[in-house]
Amino acid sequence: MSLGPHGDFIVAAYAVTLFVVAALISWVVLDYVAQRRILGDLEERGLARRSQRKG
Amino acid sequence: MPIVDLANPTRFLALVNRILPWLIAATAILFAVGLFRAMNAPDDYQQGATVKIMFLHVPAAWLGMFGWALMSVAALGTLVWRHPLADVAAKAAAPIGAAFTFICLVTGSLWGRPTWGTYWVWDARLTSMLVLLVLYFGVLALYWTAEEPGRGARAAAILSLVGAVNLPIIKFSVDWWNTLHQPASVFRMGGSTIDPAILAPLLIMALAFTFLFVTLHLAVMRNEILRRRVRSMRLIQAQELHA
Repeated sequence: MSLGPHGDFIVAAYAVTLFVVAALISWVVLDYVAQRRILGDLEERGLARRSQRKG
Repeated sequence: MPIVDLANPTRFLALVNRILPWLIAATAILFAVGLFRAMNAPDDYQQGATVKIMFLHVPAAWLGMFGWALMSVAALGTLVWRHPLADVAAKAAAPIGAAFTFICLVTGSLWGRPTWGTYWVWDARLTSMLVLLVLYFGVLALYWTAEEPGRGARAAAILSLVGAVNLPIIKFSVDWWNTLHQPASVFRMGGSTIDPAILAPLLIMALAFTFLFVTLHLAVMRNEILRRRVRSMRLIQAQELHA
């Protein structure tokens, strides 16, 4: 596969897209881990949401 | 499960947890096939190999606009029915739509330099797409800076509905004004003007990007629901401390 005389532009376009998508996925995964951890800490301290409370 | 049950965040979370692994697998397969077909697609007779940038640029443009359309529909859910999941959906779509719009602008610029001889011109299509990115930043700023989340959600919903005016402007800008950008060549009256050898990988890549958008959107919605639970529990904790 030859990218021709403008190969740098093609590689740059794919690199930028890969970087942005990777950043987006990393943010989503790290945010999920963080929210689960905080929720776990709060539940360990005996806190519950109103909908989970009995009586 | 009746569709109305999905309006319950707990049931929605259960569904997301079940389907996310399948969506991730489907997205990965579609990207593997799409990229393979894109890398082996023939060069364009005029643009040469730079046509490979189209396989990123066009799906990113479609999804940048799709993200805003989604936010506009969700805005109605926020403003009319005040449903919390509608706001969660809108808030989750904003950063993803902004990222796709950014990809569209950068890849378009990198495609423009070898084909048009310039990275940027202030013509109708490019400028209206830049306006879309600025609108996304505006919505994100409203969400991030509002002291009371409900107030931020309503302000963002109003901006989403007002900003929807920009979508037909982007779509028809190439018909209404004289621009460097080519007119519609995939979905148009009379069929696509793109050769099937290039159109097929473009459509597969568009499907892959759409699956990526949906997967990320559901994952960000899940995060947002968890964040709201954390906020709710902290408020309860604060109330108990002051009681």
